[in-house]
Amino acid sequence: MTTAVQAVPLRAPLARSGVRAARRGLGKLAAAILVLVAAASVTFFAQLLVPGDRATAILNQQTGRAQRWSAADLAPVNHRFGFDRPLLVQYANYVAGLFRGDLGTSYTQHRPVTEVIGDELVPSLVLTVAALVTAWVIALAVILLTAKRNRFVSAIGSTWEALTASLPPYWIGVVLLVVFAVELRIFPVIGGTGAPGTVLPVLALAIPLAGFLGQVTRDEFEKVLDQPFVITARTRGMSDTAVRLRHALRHSVLPAITLSGWALGALLSGAVIAENVFGRPGIGQVLVVAVNTRDVPTVSGIVLVVAGVYVIANLIVDLAYTLIDPRLRAS
Amino acid sequence: MTALSLAPAALRLRVRPATALSLLIVALLVVAVLAPGVLTSRSPNEIDLQHTLLSPSLSHPFGTDDAGRDLYTRVVYGARESFGIGLGATALAMVIAVLLGFTAGLARGIVDTVLTRILEVAFAFPVLLLALLLIAIRGPSLATEIVAVGIGSAPGYARMVRGQVLHVRQAGYIQSSVALGHTWWAVIRQHLFPNAMRPLVAMLTLAVGQSIVWASGLAFLGLGVAPPSPEWGALLDAGRVSITTSPWLEIMPGLVIVLATLALTALGRTLQHRLEGAAR
Repeated sequence: MTTAVQAVPLRAPLARSGVRAARRGLGKLAAAILVLVAAASVTFFAQLLVPGDRATAILNQQTGRAQRWSAADLAPVNHRFGFDRPLLVQYANYVAGLFRGDLGTSYTQHRPVTEVIGDELVPSLVLTVAALVTAWVIALAVILLTAKRNRFVSAIGSTWEALTASLPPYWIGVVLLVVFAVELRIFPVIGGTGAPGTVLPVLALAIPLAGFLGQVTRDEFEKVLDQPFVITARTRGMSDTAVRLRHALRHSVLPAITLSGWALGALLSGAVIAENVFGRPGIGQVLVVAVNTRDVPTVSGIVLVVAGVYVIANLIVDLAYTLIDPRLRAS
Repeated sequence: MTALSLAPAALRLRVRPATALSLLIVALLVVAVLAPGVLTSRSPNEIDLQHTLLSPSLSHPFGTDDAGRDLYTRVVYGARESFGIGLGATALAMVIAVLLGFTAGLARGIVDTVLTRILEVAFAFPVLLLALLLIAIRGPSLATEIVAVGIGSAPGYARMVRGQVLHVRQAGYIQSSVALGHTWWAVIRQHLFPNAMRPLVAMLTLAVGQSIVWASGLAFLGLGVAPPSPEWGALLDAGRVSITTSPWLEIMPGLVIVLATLALTALGRTLQHRLEGAAR
């Protein structure tokens, strides 16, 4: 009886809030697409900043010479890369190409950038996602074990977080490599993309991120443990572990979840370094080669893909957040 | 004498051991920047082919490199360039951040919306990748490295400056100053700017450490300062080839970068708490 009485007045506002949530979601999607188009504009105009004539630079790169080229030599290159068209047409083509999954043509390899990036993106994404999950596991374990225990234990936890949060991934990578691959020989020195070769790069990325996520979560966690509802739960006879797991944790992870979208972008750029430390195939290796050979379209393409991952991850986090915290749906 | 006169002051300020350690590290770094000769008797370019690739020992605390140069001495002499890069990048980032943050925070309305959107786009580019894009365009050089790290880290600081300006402009003393008929320029110069910037002073120390880490990351990838230089990132770059055989060439300069960053971060945090305490 009581449930039926309650269900009737609730249905109408729920439906309305559903529409509102959908509209909010569409608005966010439009904003995300706008950010990506703006990002593409930045990379397009960045390519114009290459000093000197681009066709000359491409020919010099190709032949390994540094000379001036005749108009007859430059014309086919200009035509091939579309440099002979008006700037606005080039820009429109670049942005339109983005929606077709076309990121332009590599200056050095003379094939589509998407082909150059190609399969290299997959191992990088695997590394990134694995690092994000690992970072969360480490951060939560440290929080649950050390936050608001006795002063000494809490201090160990927060010191660990402060120390690890400021470690550069390349240095952790080197230390892990030396200890576990060179000295202890548990993992291979040159990893490859298999499971044993993935452990160390994942840890190199996850440890600093875990420190950072832990710092953010710890503050919230300690605040929540002082809330009246926690005291209520305790007086009901709930055990300390249950209070931590069921009440405190749920409330305190929200700020760090918001940061996970940002973290995914940061991890991808950290992956560039980790892949170079461990000689692991991925966009990191492609990117460093491209920067060294001044292959601006390939660098731009990778930067755009990473920006895209960042934008999509933030969109998902944003929508998930609305679902987790009902107060946001109403506002 | 100095120790005696310093002790009561230190007690009064309740300096925690972590802060004292950070101060010591930063003091050593400042000495290394200003007068590297004080910390070492060797020369950073002294080649000794009899003693190449020695692991750390009492006479060579950080070991020696493939030309027998003392790594500790090279790290000490590299401090100047590393800090130069860190300070240069931070200065550039702060100038951009203050210009954008104050414009957005003071203008509000459409200008603020547009600038906030631009910052949102900038956040989609991780610092390292933006830096790599700039290096691909201009070619690797010291100037490019500083500009790349500076521009890359500016958006984050710009957002903080904007938040500060929006927060401070609501304060009672700003409104009374406006009500007293002071020109907007005088209000900004005398009240808004100093009060909005105060918490950011602490952030400067953090930012310098962060910039050094970014710059050394670029150098580690072989895209920063080139190896013959004893700059910290360049030392990392040079040591990479022998990572499995002579790991100290990589671990020791890295450790110094980590300690420098940790000390600067800890000092920045302490300073932040002090300044916030003073404001209250």
